[in-house]
Amino acid sequence: MANMNTDVMVDNRPVIRARNLGLVFQTTDGPVEALKDVNLDIEQGDFVSLIGPSGCGKTTFLRLIASLDKPTAGDISVNGMSPEQARLQRAYGYVFQAASLYPWRTIAGNIKLPLEIMGFSKTEMNERVKKVLDLVHLSGFENKFPWQLSGGMQQRASIARALSFDADILLMDEPFGALDEIVRDHLNEQLLDLWQSTGKTICFVTHSILEAVYLSTKIVVMSNRPGKVVEVIESSLPRERSLDIRDGPEFIEIAQRVRMGLRMSHSHE
Amino acid sequence: MKSILPITTVSMVIVILWYGFSVILNSTWTKDQASRAGVEVTFSEILKDTMVQQRPLLPAPHQVVIELWETTANKKITSKRSLVYHGWITLSATLLGFVIGTGLGILLAIGIVHNKAMDYGVMPWIIASQTVPILALAPMIIVVLYSIGLSGLVPKAIISAYLSFFPVSVGMVAGFRCPDPTQMDLLKTYAAKKSQLFWKLMVPISMPYLFTSLKIGVAASLVGAIVGELPTGAVAGLGARLLAGSYYGQTVQIWSALIGSAILAATLVGLIGLIQKFTLDRMGLAR
Repeated sequence: MANMNTDVMVDNRPVIRARNLGLVFQTTDGPVEALKDVNLDIEQGDFVSLIGPSGCGKTTFLRLIASLDKPTAGDISVNGMSPEQARLQRAYGYVFQAASLYPWRTIAGNIKLPLEIMGFSKTEMNERVKKVLDLVHLSGFENKFPWQLSGGMQQRASIARALSFDADILLMDEPFGALDEIVRDHLNEQLLDLWQSTGKTICFVTHSILEAVYLSTKIVVMSNRPGKVVEVIESSLPRERSLDIRDGPEFIEIAQRVRMGLRMSHSHE
Repeated sequence: MKSILPITTVSMVIVILWYGFSVILNSTWTKDQASRAGVEVTFSEILKDTMVQQRPLLPAPHQVVIELWETTANKKITSKRSLVYHGWITLSATLLGFVIGTGLGILLAIGIVHNKAMDYGVMPWIIASQTVPILALAPMIIVVLYSIGLSGLVPKAIISAYLSFFPVSVGMVAGFRCPDPTQMDLLKTYAAKKSQLFWKLMVPISMPYLFTSLKIGVAASLVGAIVGELPTGAVAGLGARLLAGSYYGQTVQIWSALIGSAILAATLVGLIGLIQKFTLDRMGLAR
């Protein structure tokens, strides 16, 4: 009976839940409050964007979910577990700001890296490499080294790497920040396709309003010093969307709300 | 191929300078001999004589080349007059020392990057070890090892290892510390074990450092082996050739042993360079 109860509870729980979450860094210049009193629920299948000025703790929040840093206040759970347990169970794929592919490995070799660590068989690895390279439209580049690819292709390879081991959560830290707008639009479209076809929960850090509104079901606007959540905007846009949607009135209205929220976050200074 | 012209130019300049100094330095003896015999010598006679002296102050390049040819190609390699024989004796000590030194250097580096106490406790000693002149240390190592029954190859290899572990350990500490935070975080997100972090990140990223260290290390190994041959009383090896040459004033022999060891060192470094190129090419790290 008790078991059944917890099962039901886990099902109802959001994938990621933060309560009064805070993180204070001890630096040589004294303590820095990177994140303060963050309350946020992220549901299964959500596409959540974290947007805010630099230093607002959006990356920090992502790192707390990933258990790359430890909070100094409050609680956070991932899949109903502590972030550390979730990390040890390989619950998420993380895409960093820079593609951070290992330069001595080919594209296929880079995608195999997590698979090798997790102990997949050779045939399974090759199947998965083929599958995820297909997903990010990089088939045929298996044996290229990272430096032989453009920045956008490298970032796609790093997304493929994060997808390769079938984690349900995808954490993305400004993955397209360094790319030009044309490439970025293209990758945004592909990412939406991917999200719709895989049903993953995506947590996406950006400082582009356009990107945030275009991609998300939920937009979390944050302010800096200390990093706080100012506003959580639920998007009314349909899940299936094309680039044209950005010219529609609904899109523009949501973008305005985000911009307002960002402006409010600055008014404290 | 563009580099052929500058390389030949530099080589030519060196050879010309060498001949020039041979003439200048060896002419003193020619003039001495002439004045003792009470004869006048012309410049062309001086020039001729400085090229063919038995014990010149500075042998002319062709004398060294001829001696090198005589003592390698025209002698049985088992002969004590063969430079190949002596070269092999030095080379075997060099290689054994190089293997020991490299192994020790890498082990120390692994310890140092994984253990703070070792970083603070051992690193200063590693550096201190190289501030002691090897020339002072070598005889003591030979004597101490002889007293416990070790002589011949092993003591020389140990001196050689003493010189070669240093560049390897310092280089590999730097190499192992190369990974940037993101590369480390990436493995953390996969919940990788420490051993996986080592083999999948630290080892491959340190490869360029390894080869650079090995090149310095192998040259140091050769120097160590030669130095190790000096206090043993010039029995065998390139060091013995150098020492015997200086005992008997055989400058041509000294110089041919010197050039011989330089060729040996260049070959060893070149071999490592080839392996480096092959490995880094395969790893996509050479562009």
